[in-house]
Amino acid sequence: MTISLDSQDPNTKSLQPKGWLRYFSFSLDHKVIGIQYLVCGFLFYLIGGTLASAIRIELASPMSDFMPRDVYNQVLTLHGTIMIFLWIVPVVNGAFGNYLIPFYVGARDMAFPRLNAVAFWLIPPSGLMLVASYFVEGAAQAGWTAYPPLSITTPQSGQIIWIMSVLLLGGSSIFGGINFIATIIKLRRPGLKLMQLPMYCWAMLGTSLLVVLSTPVLAGTLILLSFDIVAHTGFFNPVLGGNVVVYQHLFWFYSHPAVYIMVLPAFGLVSEILPVHSRKPLFGYTTMVFSIMGIVVLGLVVWAHHMFTSGTPPWMRLFFTIATAFIAVPTGIKFFNWVATLWGGKISINSAMLFSCGFIINFVFGGITGVALAQVPFDIHVHDTYFVVAHFHYIVYGGTVFIIFSSIYHWFPKVTGKLMSEKLGILHFAITFIGFNLCFAPQHWLGLNGMPRRVAEYDPQFQFVNQISSVGALLMALSTIPFLVNIFLSIKNGKDSGDNPWNALTPEWLTSSPPPVENWEGEAPLVEEPYGYGKPITQEN
Amino acid sequence: MLNKNFYLILIISAVFGISFWIGFNVNLLPVEASINAPIYDELFKILFIIGLIIFIGMTIAVTYSLFKFRKRKDQFGDGIALEGNLSLEIVWTIIPSIIVLIIGLYSYNIYDRMGGMKELNHSHEMMTSNSDKIWAGISQASNNEVASNNLAVEVSAMQFAFLFNYPKGEFISGELHVPVDHKVSMKMESKDVIHAFWVPEFRIKQDIIPGQPTILNFTPTKVGKYPIICAELCGPYHGGMRASIIVENESDYKDWFNKNTKTEVSL
Repeated sequence: MTISLDSQDPNTKSLQPKGWLRYFSFSLDHKVIGIQYLVCGFLFYLIGGTLASAIRIELASPMSDFMPRDVYNQVLTLHGTIMIFLWIVPVVNGAFGNYLIPFYVGARDMAFPRLNAVAFWLIPPSGLMLVASYFVEGAAQAGWTAYPPLSITTPQSGQIIWIMSVLLLGGSSIFGGINFIATIIKLRRPGLKLMQLPMYCWAMLGTSLLVVLSTPVLAGTLILLSFDIVAHTGFFNPVLGGNVVVYQHLFWFYSHPAVYIMVLPAFGLVSEILPVHSRKPLFGYTTMVFSIMGIVVLGLVVWAHHMFTSGTPPWMRLFFTIATAFIAVPTGIKFFNWVATLWGGKISINSAMLFSCGFIINFVFGGITGVALAQVPFDIHVHDTYFVVAHFHYIVYGGTVFIIFSSIYHWFPKVTGKLMSEKLGILHFAITFIGFNLCFAPQHWLGLNGMPRRVAEYDPQFQFVNQISSVGALLMALSTIPFLVNIFLSIKNGKDSGDNPWNALTPEWLTSSPPPVENWEGEAPLVEEPYGYGKPITQEN
Repeated sequence: MLNKNFYLILIISAVFGISFWIGFNVNLLPVEASINAPIYDELFKILFIIGLIIFIGMTIAVTYSLFKFRKRKDQFGDGIALEGNLSLEIVWTIIPSIIVLIIGLYSYNIYDRMGGMKELNHSHEMMTSNSDKIWAGISQASNNEVASNNLAVEVSAMQFAFLFNYPKGEFISGELHVPVDHKVSMKMESKDVIHAFWVPEFRIKQDIIPGQPTILNFTPTKVGKYPIICAELCGPYHGGMRASIIVENESDYKDWFNKNTKTEVSL
């Protein structure tokens, strides 16, 4: 508590720059840090998206003719690493978490504002370092999974910079996770009970537990890997008696929970957006909380389903099949509850709502292929093929990125006090939804029929389907244009939104838009029913 | 009320009908060329149909809600203050649990039929001698079984090629020739990084791991030439790391085998 007072110290505050300059400063304001995360993440999304376009151009023809083969491997490694560690994880956790969590718990800032700023400022240098490694001796080229011995035998400088960069980003993630846990548990406004918190708090609590439990394992693994590379130790190097499969276990012990680190916050955000725009309470609050915690627990014990074709004993394959498939149960509960939230509402069909509904449809599709992939015999045929590529893009793009866009449309008036153009927003949704499905749906067929992932050249019989996929990717790239135009036009000439354009009941809307530095002019309001739509109390408002 | 239920039943049966029709009539998989393939395709069909029912059902529910419950111009205020329904929650916890459990047990059965659950008989050897340590993939066999099989092939993978050693004929081939309808046992080892042996028409895949031999068994059922694809990122030419498996009649196979054996001997 004393630390939180630190940020309210008038001396500290007076040292903070004002105006747009504060976004380039070591600001301690959680709202500034949230926007820093979002804009920084979006810039890296543009870089990662450019790399994705390069991949799809290469794959428009069966020959490796667009870029050298080793550059292609660098591009796919950077694409994966940037999209995961510099776009989705920081934005869906850091950006929205920082902006919203203090409002939701009724605090004036995060529990550790300085740690918060450190966590953000680790990201731009490590991201730039990662991108710059391309110009040193070539970037890492062993894929974002960096499996040894390939990662030990490829050019060292790129791989070492990759490890350093991921370590720093992991550190940033852990700092953020500790901060969210402390804020949600300890900084709640007096009188506010845990079971009265908006769902995003629960999602962030679950996510942060996963971050704190699993990210250190990744850090340890990557440090051992760097020893193998620079000091010629033999942890994972078979030439020196090391075991390559041990690396895979350690890596996926983090990297499977990482999927939930990317997806659970999106589950939280959509739980905030749907009730507001359908004017109905969130259906089944308690089961939603339990299903989040169920996903957290199960998410920690399913990692070996990434290794069904490595050497794993039969009993292990069976256990991980059942455990993985059971994640579908708590996840399914959430989706049924969201549809039940829509049912019987008075739904405003706007950009935020469309992106959220697009998320439900895409994610259900990705979830179904996920349950199929959990089955050992099914996975053995399609493992490491385009089927898997399609599956996880349905989860992380069709799922999480759709929710990031939905959230931007939903909270833009909160941050700026301006409304976004709905016409441009719906255009953005239409192009993204069509482009996304055109790009990734055909890839399921490619994988089933014999196209492995991470290849620069392929059997010419797959050319036509790959070209359809590339057209979809082109649409996805184009969809960024109406979005960016919308953002800039709305910041400049957007209509005034008022404090609460959606008549929402969650606490962040119960202050001015944009909010004052201390979040509320007076005491933080006690919001006991963040989803009390349709009740007499809201009718009065 | 009867009317409403009638439409609901109509829609549900339509969803089931469409899903079953697509599941039985749309083939998304390549040719079936091993005894594993029809078993795999049976599992695929079941998962495909269940998946379609859920996906089409959810898509209809979402788009219908968006249309039916959209806010009309003259409407104000909120929807109904419905916060949950315990019996509904129980229903959509239990039904998916049962579906997931049935799918899990069924895929266990499929896996067993493919030979995946067969116990390895070399746990003792594993303890005594490190060099005999073998990890098996699907359709696995014991170490002894590989040694006793007349169709034993030793596969070595390297950047960026597969080599097939036929110990019985003492020769090495760049193409994998096998006779149709015979069980082939392969012991696979990598010389450098991790590779994977994948034949899509056989529905089998197994990583080839340096310092850790793996075993893969299969029985081809259809004469023809199929691609062997490396499925694990292994370096710049990963996409070009391919070989062919040629499944032929027993007499053709013998001719090929003897021809190669003789050349080796005469050298």
